[in-house]
Amino acid sequence: MKRPSRDAREAVLGSVRSALAGGQRGSTDSIPREYSGKRHVESLPDLFRERVAEYRAEVRTTDSSEAPEAVLGALEAAAARRVVVPEGFPARWSEPVAERHDAFGDSPRLSTAALENADAVLTTCTVGIATTGTMVLDHGPGQGRRALTLLPDTHVCLVAASRIVDDVPAALAELDPTGPMTFISGPSATSDIELERVEGVHGPRNLHVVVVGDV
Amino acid sequence: MSGVDLGMPAFPDAARQAVRDAQLRHNLGRATNTIRNKRAAVVDELDDWEQLRASGAAIKAHTLSRLDTYLEQFESAVTAVGGTVHWARDAAEANRIVTDLVRETGETEAVKVKSMATQEIGLNEALASAGISAWETDLAELIVQLDEDRPSHILVPAIHRNRSEIREIFRREMAGSGTPAPTDLTADPVQLAEAARHHLRDKFLRANVAISGANFAVAETGSLVVVESEGNGRMCLTMPEHLISVVGIEKLVPSWRDLEVFLQLLPRSSTGERMNPYTSVWNGVTEGDGPSSFHVVLLDNGRSEALADEIGSQALRCIRCSACLNVCPVYERAGGHAYGSVYPGPIGAVLTPQLYGVESEDTASLPYASTLCGACYDVCPVAIEIPELLVHLRNRTVRERKGWFDRLSSTAMRGLGWVFGDSKRLGRAQRIASLGGRLFGRRGIGRLPWPLSRWTDARDAPAPAPESFRQWWERNRTGNGDER
Ligand code: SF4
Repeated sequence: MKRPSRDAREAVLGSVRSALAGGQRGSTDSIPREYSGKRHVESLPDLFRERVAEYRAEVRTTDSSEAPEAVLGALEAAAARRVVVPEGFPARWSEPVAERHDAFGDSPRLSTAALENADAVLTTCTVGIATTGTMVLDHGPGQGRRALTLLPDTHVCLVAASRIVDDVPAALAELDPTGPMTFISGPSATSDIELERVEGVHGPRNLHVVVVGDV
Repeated sequence: MSGVDLGMPAFPDAARQAVRDAQLRHNLGRATNTIRNKRAAVVDELDDWEQLRASGAAIKAHTLSRLDTYLEQFESAVTAVGGTVHWARDAAEANRIVTDLVRETGETEAVKVKSMATQEIGLNEALASAGISAWETDLAELIVQLDEDRPSHILVPAIHRNRSEIREIFRREMAGSGTPAPTDLTADPVQLAEAARHHLRDKFLRANVAISGANFAVAETGSLVVVESEGNGRMCLTMPEHLISVVGIEKLVPSWRDLEVFLQLLPRSSTGERMNPYTSVWNGVTEGDGPSSFHVVLLDNGRSEALADEIGSQALRCIRCSACLNVCPVYERAGGHAYGSVYPGPIGAVLTPQLYGVESEDTASLPYASTLCGACYDVCPVAIEIPELLVHLRNRTVRERKGWFDRLSSTAMRGLGWVFGDSKRLGRAQRIASLGGRLFGRRGIGRLPWPLSRWTDARDAPAPAPESFRQWWERNRTGNGDER
C-alpha cells in the first residue's frame, strides 16, 4: 500500500501553524451553547409519527402484541415476497413473517445478487428523533450491515416508543460514535429536476415505519 | 496555490451571457424562490435558531484557531480504526494521490459522491487523463457530467436545466457510458429519476472503488459524515471494496457532540428540510460492513493561506449549505456559471479569490459580484460576515494588484474604487448614480475602465437602473417578509 508522504504532511501542518502564529487560540469552554438541549414535546411518539409521515413514509402505530400484524400489513402493502430479517431481530415479531413470506437472514452472508433480489428488509433502529422524524440505525443486532437496508426496495423499520427522543442533541448523546451509522428521514428522494420532489432514487423507495407503543 | 487552469471566463463576460439566457433565469428564479421559502419555514420552527447559529459559528472559529492540533488528532483517530491519512498541499498533489490509490486497486473506474472538494481540484479530469473513468452518481451531477456541462449551484448543480432538456441529455448520452435510457422516456421527473436509477445501479454494483468528500470530519473519533438525499452516497460508501475520501482541512469539528449543532443547521439551511433523507457516519473500516480499505486525503489547496488572513479566514467556516446563493439578487440574475468557479454565489465571491489568489482578473473581479445587500449574512448558518469579507477582499485586490490600480488614471476612477470599498458609500453612490441615469437617459454614462466597465456591461445596464439591486432588495425583503 502506498505510504503517505511525510513531506506533504509537514508542509501542510507547517503552513497552518505559521498562519495561526501569534493568533488567539480559542478554548472549547468559550463556545456558547445556549440553544435548547431539550425541546418540550407533548407526546414524543405522536410528534415522531407526524413528522415521519410528512416525508411520505407509511406509519403504523401498534402495541407489542399487535406488532406482527402491523409488520405483515406493511409487507403486504409493498407486495413483498422475499424478506431479509437480520440476525438479532426479535423472534416474536418475525415468526409470523417467516410463516407467510420467504424470510431469510444474513448468515452466511448474502451475496449482492441475493440482496438485490430481496423485496424487503425488516429491521429495528437504535434511536428515533421526534422533531426531525428520523430513525438512526447503528447497524447492531436486528439492524444488519448497511447494505441490507440499502438494496431491497422496501424497508420496514420497527421503532420502540421508549427509544424516541426529542431532538438531535439527545439522539447523539445516545449513540456510540465508533461504528457506522445511518440516519434515515423518509424514503430516498431527489429534487434535482426543477425542484420537483421524487421519492426513490437509489435507496429503498418504500419506507414503512411501525411504532411499537409499549416497548 | 492551485495549479489548475479552470478555463473559465471572468465573471463579467460570463454573467452577460447568462442574463440573456431567459430559460436559465426563469429556472433559477423559480428554484431559488422555492428553496428560500422552504428554508424560512423550517428555520422559523426553531425558537433557538440564533443560538444554534452562534454555536455553529463559534465551533468552526474555534476549530480553525487550533486547526493544526485538530488535524493531528483526526489523523491519529482515523489511523487507529484502520484508515490511512494522506496530506495534499495542492490540487495536483491530491489528484496524484487519488490516481495512485485507484491504480493500486487495479481498477479503471470509480463511482463518485457529489463533492465540492473533488470538483475544486478537477479530479475527474485528472483521473480521465490517467485512463480512469469517474462516474458521478448524484442525479444532478450525472446530468451535468453526461452533458459535459458545469454545475451551476452547490446544492442543485443542474438547476439551469429543465425537464425536457434533461430528457434529451439522457436519451442522447446514457448509452455511451452504460445502461441506456428507455426509448419511451418522457420528461416526467419520476421517469427521469427511474432512468437514472437503472443507469447507475449497474455501476454501483460493479464498482470496486468509490470516491467521496465529507460534510464533517470529527477530530475526536475520526468519524466522517456525508449528508445526502438520494442514497447514492450510501451506495458509494457501502458497496465498493475501496473508499477514498477527499476532505478539505476546514471540514473538521472537534467532537462528536458538535454535530448536534450542525445536523440541525445544515439540512434546514440547505434543502429546507428538518432533516435530509440520509446521513451516513463511518469510522475507518468495519469488519464485515462496507469497504475493507479506507483512505482520507486532507486537502490544503490555498486554505492555510486563507487562514492567515484574519478577516478572510471566516470563509473557511462555510458548511456549503448554499442558503446564501438562494437569497442573492446577483446570483439569481447571473446564475452559477458566471462566477467561473465551483463555488458560486456570495460564498464563491469570497472563497474563490482566497483559494486561487487574486492575480488573475477572473478571481479578482469576483468580490465585485455583489451589491453588499447583506441578505447572505442573514441566512448564513455559521454567521459568516460575507459583505464585510467582500469589502475586505476588494481592498486587498486593490492593494495586491497595485499596478492595476495605478493604471487607473483618472481621479474619478479612484473615487469609484473608494466607493466600491465600502457598503454605505456604495449604497449612496448607487442612489446618486441612478439619479444620473434618469437625468442623462440610458446612454448618459460612458464606459468605465475595468472592473466597473465589465460589471456594467455584464449586467446589461449602460446607465444605472432607476432602482439599484440594493434598493429593490430592501424593498422586496421588507415587503414579503419571507426572510429573517
Ligand atoms: S457561506 Fe454560509 S450560507 Fe453560504 S454556503 Fe457557506 S455556510 Fe451556507
